Amino acid sequence: MKFRAKIVDAACLNHFTRVSCMVAKLARACTLRIRPHKLNFILPDTAAGGGVSMWCELPQENFFSEFQMEGVSQENNEIYVELTTENLSRALRTAQNARALKVKLTNRHFPCLTVSIELVSVSSSSRMVTHDIPIKVIPRKLWKNLQEPTVPDCDVSIYLPVLKTMKSVVEKMKNISNHLIIEANLNGDLNLKIESELVCVTTHFKDLGNPPSASEGVSQDRSPAEMAEVHVDIRKFLQFLAGQQVNPTKGVCNVVSHKMVHFDLLHEDVSLQYFIPALS
Amino acid sequence: MPLIAQPAPAESDYSLVACLDNVRNLSTVLKAIHFREHATCFATKNGIKVTVENAKCVQANAFIQAAIFQEFKVQEEPVTFRINLTVLLDCLSIFGSNPMPGNLTALRMCYQGYGYPLMLFLEEGGVVTVCKINTQEPEETLDFDFCSTNVINKIILQSEGLREAFSELDMTSEILQITMSPDKPYFRLSTFGNAGSSHLDYPKDSDLMESFNCNQTQVNRYKISLLKPSTKALVLSCKVSIRTDNRGFLSLQYMIRNEDGQDFWLLLVDWIRQSHLWNIMKFALNGLFLESGE
Repeated sequence: MKFRAKIVDAACLNHFTRVSCMVAKLARACTLRIRPHKLNFILPDTAAGGGVSMWCELPQENFFSEFQMEGVSQENNEIYVELTTENLSRALRTAQNARALKVKLTNRHFPCLTVSIELVSVSSSSRMVTHDIPIKVIPRKLWKNLQEPTVPDCDVSIYLPVLKTMKSVVEKMKNISNHLIIEANLNGDLNLKIESELVCVTTHFKDLGNPPSASEGVSQDRSPAEMAEVHVDIRKFLQFLAGQQVNPTKGVCNVVSHKMVHFDLLHEDVSLQYFIPALS
Repeated sequence: MPLIAQPAPAESDYSLVACLDNVRNLSTVLKAIHFREHATCFATKNGIKVTVENAKCVQANAFIQAAIFQEFKVQEEPVTFRINLTVLLDCLSIFGSNPMPGNLTALRMCYQGYGYPLMLFLEEGGVVTVCKINTQEPEETLDFDFCSTNVINKIILQSEGLREAFSELDMTSEILQITMSPDKPYFRLSTFGNAGSSHLDYPKDSDLMESFNCNQTQVNRYKISLLKPSTKALVLSCKVSIRTDNRGFLSLQYMIRNEDGQDFWLLLVDWIRQSHLWNIMKFALNGLFLESGE
């Protein structure tokens, strides 16, 4: 099992830092899956996490100038390790304006993901900063829990509005209620709603547009104005929004009535899927 | 329109309708008096008065004059209701407390009358938020009977002069003593805390002093915990008027500048509090200092 990669381009380095910060905001611990062409940050759906799950995918060649890996075996050319996301994002924070960044799997006294950062200094001599991030290698028999989640047939699929507006609205709503109702229809309307004894607040986003239905599964006989709704924990939704520092190139919200809401975001070439289950 | 599920009541059914191009003109003033959860609102043709009270001895009033609103209609006056101010402020700032410049939140506020909720329609960049805030039985508010004819001493200061003093008040002192006098020390703030006492004097001819009208020496003491919340208003204001009457009641009025740059005494926040008579003996920790009340 071997892994070694290098980033030299400043833009790629920034992008990678941004992705790791986003992941750190969404999950405390996550699984890093390394394959010859792709990297994944995975948060599997567990009872402890309240059923929230995340799937983030990066094509390796868009980030790394050098990339070598050797999986567990020939047939299973993959590596799964678990790490604390904050350790990675903190390590990368020192990599701003770095000349190069190297990541590799090491085994000092315990298994580590070693991040070495080459920094430039005023006096042209470069400095190296090395972070050893403790990891846990995930054995083969547990891999099956970490596969790409299947997107359930949704009732309504809609493009997301500006996330910043959504975030400030949800932040205020959180002060009033823990319980958020997300409603959407095929007319491009998305509503965020809270109801408490004191107050009812509804924010209406209009003319967002609906992506062309990709699968046959989407019920065709649905009337365009009919709302599909889902009740979610407002803190989980806010956590998702807080993790989005930059507006995605494309953002879609898929509502499965009374079951879950699925967000599919595309940041340049990094895709992020986030699932929030409905409150019963 | 998904906005209105049931047929909307006709315009004439509302006892209060108020529209504002920039909601911050309202939320800023309300924030200044937000030191208790609930507020009582009175609306007349002249505008809306929002009152917050604490411990039956402090009252804060925010007057939002009708002229501030782009549209303002009151059917039968006065329209009175009590509302949760915390919730109201959260709703008013739903699109964020610090919006992007040039991105204003517009507000339409409607109230149908006794027993009905207060409806807020907020709009920013095409996104609409509808809030339905339940109103409560209005409560009797205090009448301090503070009238200008009984005012003995009056000072108008630029707020910046008082801002620092108030934010650094020695909170270990139970009281703030205010001395106003035609002679030295003119205007003095004193605290008596664990670490000793402190006095802060403002000379009569200071640049900060906009006007000085003191006729009689008055030394009054006010509970510091009741005065401290007024710091919020002080921070937002540009001028403050300090008045005391013959009973020792204190009135603080703040001039808050409108965001649109309208620069007159439009928005006034008024604090009136009862002077406390202190008959207890108090030892400061240094042991040297002993004082008794009036």
